[in-house]
Amino acid sequence: MADKNEILAGLAEIVNEETGLEVEEVQSDKSFTEDLDIDSISMMTIVVNAEEKFDVKIPDEEVKNLTTVGDAVDFIANAQG
Amino acid sequence: MTRRLVITGLGATTPIGGDVDTLWANALAGTPGAKTLEHDWVEKYELPVTFAGEVSVEPAEVLAKPETRRMDRSTQLGMVAARQAWADAGLPRPKDEGYDLDPERVAVSFATGIGGVWTLLDSWDTLRERGPRRVMPMTVPMLMPNGAAGAISLDLGAQGGARTAVSACASGVEALDMALEMLRKGDVDVVLAGGTEAAIHPLPMAAFASLQALSKRNDDPGAASRPYDRDRDGFVMGEGAGALVVETEEHAKARGATIYAELAGAAVTSDAHHITAPDPEALGASRALRRALESAGAELSDVTHVNAHATSTPVGDKPEYYALKSVFGDHLENICVSATKSQTGHLLGAAGAVESVLTVKALRERRAPVTINLDHPDPEMPLDVVTGTPRELGDKQQVALCNSFGFGGHNAVAAFRTY
Repeated sequence: MADKNEILAGLAEIVNEETGLEVEEVQSDKSFTEDLDIDSISMMTIVVNAEEKFDVKIPDEEVKNLTTVGDAVDFIANAQG
Repeated sequence: MTRRLVITGLGATTPIGGDVDTLWANALAGTPGAKTLEHDWVEKYELPVTFAGEVSVEPAEVLAKPETRRMDRSTQLGMVAARQAWADAGLPRPKDEGYDLDPERVAVSFATGIGGVWTLLDSWDTLRERGPRRVMPMTVPMLMPNGAAGAISLDLGAQGGARTAVSACASGVEALDMALEMLRKGDVDVVLAGGTEAAIHPLPMAAFASLQALSKRNDDPGAASRPYDRDRDGFVMGEGAGALVVETEEHAKARGATIYAELAGAAVTSDAHHITAPDPEALGASRALRRALESAGAELSDVTHVNAHATSTPVGDKPEYYALKSVFGDHLENICVSATKSQTGHLLGAAGAVESVLTVKALRERRAPVTINLDHPDPEMPLDVVTGTPRELGDKQQVALCNSFGFGGHNAVAAFRTY
């Protein structure tokens, strides 16, 4: 179990590993595609790494609904429930 | 009219240097690149061969971290060499200010022998140990043999074609043959050509050892690669990449580029004799030599230097000698031969590319690099091998050849001329 700030910080680390973006740039209101320029392959890599890190399942059909970093944080928080 | 083609940029990352200047200095000095491997897998799998020539500069020291995560090691090494060559040629990349190339007239011809073998086998381990969800989405583009050509075309903005020669240890020179074809056809003006290999992984190490192709001189890795020596017992596995910018003379002159040498000709033949053993009569290799000279419009007497394939296997070195003897006859005694695998080890699909870089340097600097470990020359191969100190090649206009032969019966020869 992690609170949303911890999830955000963990997610930022995963994004940094995959893309080289600074962790400070990975904010809740940022869009993965529009703001962070993350393509679908990187997105899947981030999802798979997040599943492992937070011990949750993120179904493939759910990934398209994760527009912003905040959406992903909320999904992971709920999934950890 | 045949377009004249020239070399304007060089790049390399090898066991004896992470850039062309270091490689060249070490090739002149005579520096063995093979070392005992420090990886735990050597002992874990009880590999019969415990040494190899790893690159002297890790690609992770040169490339950005997110780049390395999306590239197999073979593509990483290829990218390092390609960017060096491109920068050396003074050519711009798409995002550079003042970018003035027509991207549709720029192509890539980048070879490999095996491709992304680390990615393939790591992903298989991941699947078995952690399940399909953990198999990364970049697995396929990383393991495919055209991965390096594709990634380099993306990096340089080359839209005129990105081709991959896959002909085992002949791949690196076959990439130059492909580049020459593309340029002579007239479709493009500039080709980034080269080859890469990163196969120092326990499986290929075990497989080549099983084939009795590798030297087992575990107690003295630096002395293991000894082409033409009486006591040679196999090749030394190496990794690395080489890259050459080939362009039309017209294009190079128009942009005021420094021209190192002419890519005068190239040729590829196949033995149709045996899948791994060279034809003992070396007919295919001889045909490749003759065709390359014909392609270059060169006379036998123009040739002063050969960078030989010479891998240091008991059966491989001799047929290359027969081929040279049958083509050059008495003139062979006027040709100095360098077997630089004695220093670099055998870079498989990158070998011909790195050795072409060395051949171009030899013509440009007018000096042939040395061959090491030739303590007892095999009397059955009476060649003028450069040992001890580099050989001065003299001022006259001359031609040098780079030979590469590979499993599958592939023969490839590139001919370079002083410019």
